[in-house]
Amino acid sequence: MERAWKEKAIKLFFVSTASTSILIVLSIFVFLGKEGGPFLAEPGADELIGTRWIPVSFQKESYGILPLVAGSALVTVLAMILTIPFGVGAAVYISELARPIEREILKPFVEVLAGIPSVVIGFFGLVMLVPIIKWCFSLSSGLTALAGAMLLGLMAIPTVISISEDAIRSVPGSYKAASLALGASRMQTIWCVTVPAALPGIIAAVMLGTGRVIGETMAVMMVTGNAAVITASPFESVRTMTATIAAEMGEVAFGSDHYRALFCVGIVLLLATFVLNMVAQRVLKRYRMG
Amino acid sequence: MANKKTTIVRVTVVVVLTCAAFTMIGGCSKRGEQGQDRFITVKGSDTMVHLVSNWAEAFMKKHPDIEVSVTGGGSGTGIAALLNGTTDICAASRKIKDKELMLALEKNVHPYEMAVAKDGIAVVVHPDNPVDKLTLEQLSKIFTGKTMRWSDVGGPNEEVEVLSRESSSGTYIFFQEMVLNKQDYMQDAKLLPATSSIIQSVSSDKWAIGYVGLGYAVAASDKVKIVPVKKDDSSPAIMPSDETVKSGAYPIARPLYLYTSGQPKGTVKDFVDFCLSAEGQQIVKETGYVAIN
Repeated sequence: MERAWKEKAIKLFFVSTASTSILIVLSIFVFLGKEGGPFLAEPGADELIGTRWIPVSFQKESYGILPLVAGSALVTVLAMILTIPFGVGAAVYISELARPIEREILKPFVEVLAGIPSVVIGFFGLVMLVPIIKWCFSLSSGLTALAGAMLLGLMAIPTVISISEDAIRSVPGSYKAASLALGASRMQTIWCVTVPAALPGIIAAVMLGTGRVIGETMAVMMVTGNAAVITASPFESVRTMTATIAAEMGEVAFGSDHYRALFCVGIVLLLATFVLNMVAQRVLKRYRMG
Repeated sequence: MANKKTTIVRVTVVVVLTCAAFTMIGGCSKRGEQGQDRFITVKGSDTMVHLVSNWAEAFMKKHPDIEVSVTGGGSGTGIAALLNGTTDICAASRKIKDKELMLALEKNVHPYEMAVAKDGIAVVVHPDNPVDKLTLEQLSKIFTGKTMRWSDVGGPNEEVEVLSRESSSGTYIFFQEMVLNKQDYMQDAKLLPATSSIIQSVSSDKWAIGYVGLGYAVAASDKVKIVPVKKDDSSPAIMPSDETVKSGAYPIARPLYLYTSGQPKGTVKDFVDFCLSAEGQQIVKETGYVAIN
């Protein structure tokens, strides 16, 4: 009798720990909505869809988040362009071509890369990468979207490698055997059979990597220069959504328009990562079932 | 020992013990007999929070039975609190406005002004930049984006790279008010998260310009070049220094004030006197501002 009760209590404990994350996600959405929502009523949503972000001004404050969205988008796209060849290439090598001893050496390093704190990566970027970029492209300043993208790529690569590697590894051996038996070379088999078969998993890996890239703050804030301009050039300074929140939240007057605008930026950011994660999970699930 | 109960959590055990020891020795008992305040509040300028906190800390070390509470919120908030009687001292990085003064007199409050420190902002460029003087108007044009090239201000034909602090910084607002005449910064200006990032960028980017507190600029003078500033075309170019900020010759400087309601009395007077004392002014220098006397 008592045992059954105990069992129930333990089960309840585990259920509650497991569902905490759902509760937290929901309450974050509610909280952001509550703090940011009033901005949509006053001064209104069209204020948000402006091209100027000037939160502190003696003339007129503007809270247009388009430059911030554009900044985040540019840095993310650039980061993914850099990450995909590196990540997928490394995954193919580790899972298909590397000898066991090479794999033993490569894998721990990938994991170490995943564990480096972002502020350390940012510091490395500011002191090493920014001057190199400035020198390589003879720019007036190395504080550019490209610098941010390269650091973010560095952070996304481990995610992309480990999930892609998983996907490539779980391609049935019979596919490869059939391909080789038909006279295809090893490289032909990899590029025409294995990688296409693992493609949904690789796509999911890239999406999860993108999620990490969009949400990353510290490293980006240190190297992108944070000028709120809309640009498609990797050699210009951009201001990301995350850096804006991190830089401005500390000093903003509680309940002011600026405060609410920052929460709206937070909502946009959360929605973006949420959608990416959902889609990635979907893709991954379908692929595993298939 | 009764004051021990009222002290704020922040006080550590060590401080409490020292406090107890001092009280027993009798160092502070006289004050208690006179019925003076043991708890005073300072509210106002965000720029000054660091400075006032340092003062408060040193003051509380000397007078363990007194608690000084320091909060920011902005000079305007501080002055409003002084008028409403919710703070003993207001810290302000600007003079009280006429409108506020009238409101004060209506409420029968007579704000008493004391300049307690000075704050100077240095304009810094790369050591190789040949430009050796700028007028306030040129600075304003550079930072608002109307001047894009160094050739317009007597330098080579290179594009100016404008560096600013983040908008949350008090220095950002001070510079905007004093130099930009309250206009907005140009949108392309790079906003860097810390003074150290500005120094780092200016020291590596040949055509960059930025502004930092005088203390920081002097400390980094081997890496960056401080540009002397002219008030207008006809006035001489002034290099920022303790002396020129103190004398008012350097134009990008402002006094920092403490305001009390009427002449300061009792503990409030003790605190203000401490701020103006040699020890208090030493703290001013250590915090990166310029001493007033």
